[in-house]
Amino acid sequence: MRQQNQSKKKVSLFITCLVDNFFPQVGESMVKVLRKLGVEVDFPVDQTCCGQPAFNSGFQHDAKALAKRFLSIFQDDNCYVVCPSGSCTTMVKIFYRELLKEESRGLELADRLASRTYEFSAFLTNVLHVEDVGASYSGKVTYHDSCHLLRELRIRDEPRKLIKSVKGIDFVEMNLHDACCGFGGTFSIMFPGVSISMLEEKIISIVESGADTIVSTDMGCLMHIEGAMSRRKIPVKVMHIAELLASEL
Amino acid sequence: MEIKKLEFKKQSSTALTDQNLRKALRNTTDRFRASRKRAYDELEGFEDLRNRAREIKKETIENLPIYLGMLEGNVIKTGGKVHWAQDGEEACRIIVEIARENGVRSVVKSKSMATEEIELNHALEEAGIKAVETDLGEYIIQLAKERPSHIIAPAIHKSKDDISRLFSEKLSIPYYTEPEQLTRVARERLRSEFLSADMGVSGVNFAVAETGTIVVVENEGNARLSTTVPRVHVAVMGIEKVIPRYGDLSIFLPVLVRSATGQKISTYVSFITGPKRKSDMDGPEEFHLVIVDNGRAKILASEETRESLYCIRCGACLNICPVYRQVGGHSYGWVYSGPIGAIITPQLLGAEKAPELPFASSLCGACKDVCPVKIDFPKVLLELRKRVVEGENKDGRGGEAGLLERLLVRLWRISMESKTAYSLLSTLSYFLQFPWLSKNRKLSSLPYPFSEWTNDRDFPAVAKIPFRKRWKEISKI
Repeated sequence: MRQQNQSKKKVSLFITCLVDNFFPQVGESMVKVLRKLGVEVDFPVDQTCCGQPAFNSGFQHDAKALAKRFLSIFQDDNCYVVCPSGSCTTMVKIFYRELLKEESRGLELADRLASRTYEFSAFLTNVLHVEDVGASYSGKVTYHDSCHLLRELRIRDEPRKLIKSVKGIDFVEMNLHDACCGFGGTFSIMFPGVSISMLEEKIISIVESGADTIVSTDMGCLMHIEGAMSRRKIPVKVMHIAELLASEL
Repeated sequence: MEIKKLEFKKQSSTALTDQNLRKALRNTTDRFRASRKRAYDELEGFEDLRNRAREIKKETIENLPIYLGMLEGNVIKTGGKVHWAQDGEEACRIIVEIARENGVRSVVKSKSMATEEIELNHALEEAGIKAVETDLGEYIIQLAKERPSHIIAPAIHKSKDDISRLFSEKLSIPYYTEPEQLTRVARERLRSEFLSADMGVSGVNFAVAETGTIVVVENEGNARLSTTVPRVHVAVMGIEKVIPRYGDLSIFLPVLVRSATGQKISTYVSFITGPKRKSDMDGPEEFHLVIVDNGRAKILASEETRESLYCIRCGACLNICPVYRQVGGHSYGWVYSGPIGAIITPQLLGAEKAPELPFASSLCGACKDVCPVKIDFPKVLLELRKRVVEGENKDGRGGEAGLLERLLVRLWRISMESKTAYSLLSTLSYFLQFPWLSKNRKLSSLPYPFSEWTNDRDFPAVAKIPFRKRWKEISKI
């Protein structure tokens, strides 16, 4: 990416379709935190979905069309692209290259985009070099490693550092912190039985940790975890890391 | 040997109701995982070994005909015979023939996934030859007339009580409850089989091209007996088991054993180079190596999925896989289970026989993280999903995906390709959800297929004002 001198860093928000339609407060929290850190934030209004659901379901032809559309929207090389999801970031950063490997122009664009696209927590720690955003939250908090963030993007410590820096937090690591919660997109609907038994192990882990709040970086996982906890009336609060970091800012 | 279409969803649903099975799976996979982790942590440079193992596998698989040719030449040079089999049937025919030529009436077998794959026991039985599995787990499975449910622990799904019952019934012995008693019975029975068998059949963990040596890794000593006591030894391997050099074993042995059981080295490692020589005290008079393709050449031809052939059958991916942990090996329907089964079964049998398997994963990638040769499981799974959907046509028509699914994806894509349509869909969803919205602002009972979610989980409500609409306000601040 072109050097942004010492001037203000610019971010194009990549708001996932889940966040846009179901959890808009997560997007708002991101904006709040980024602005607090002196970043100029923009939202390219033409964006829709990055194509991951189709890609993961084997419909690569359809995913490719959406990938190309996405590339044309996030073309400005002077902006970082920041996303509140490890999974959607992985799609853009890693799988677009896979999807477009036979098209030289597409591949070049995908490469350039990949180099300036970041998951939210990784952007704060690795680009802005911030660990304490100045938030405060009182509670016992545990963290769920979302699979794509952990295993495709290799981000493990970054979100933990951010969480631990929030004033008033008692951080506790749960037993199966890095085990999949069983969401997996369409997997949760194609194989509901398997998905739920994976989720049940995860919930046991959360409850046993004694935490009153579970934080993660992906609304997919959190929607899944919350869906079962709310049905079972388990009083653990679910929070996206952006919401936590925006607390009392 | 006609294989029916495998039904993961159906079989896994049954498995999920079996509490004993799930408990056994949790206990054993936890134990294996902990041991692997300890073994991984204590060996400095394990990561380098894995990288090196992957490189060697890559080099071998990319030049497979050369190394297989070298292996053949060296096995012959040391007095062994080499047989090539295109498929399972041919492999069985060859082995039955060797048995007949040698007047073999009984065979002892050591654990081998390749012979499970070709259903050798069945073929031997049909030819009137008795075949006895001598690995304890495999012996249990044979008595129960089942398939193994784990690559290295074939009877992982059976509890001690299951085994007590099975032994009492099939071996006409009292209902023993102590593992020691059960093991003693098996040992006594098997001992006489070893002594009376005319032929021993083993698998191959590694076949060294440069020396013609086959290597067998085990913990019970049964493979060592099977390969040395009977007059004839037949080793069966898939084409991918070859490695170039003897020295490569210093990399593969530690990564295999540590990944599989967390041991530094297994109790026995046998290096077998040809039949007994004049100066040898014991060993078989004949050594046959059967090299089986059975669908592997097809995998070799595909650049996208070729790395499936790097697998050294350690089972680490099964132990770490959260899906395998819930449903066990039999849900995968064929010989190989867990993540490796999900990628090689559809390739060996054809996608049309196992269209559900590439989807039977949440793509969490834990398998890739533990794989000793770093197979990129998610990448291969995604490629196989594409093949299931597209079939032979690259334009997305003609695969296994149903018309309705195709139509839904197309409609979804069209609505995602335009900001207006996307926005419309979003508004429409907001209003459409009202009949299902419960008091706590959740969707708790949606119609099919969404009911597959809401039967056990709440679904969040669509927001009244999505982020894109809020942006107008936010951007002004």
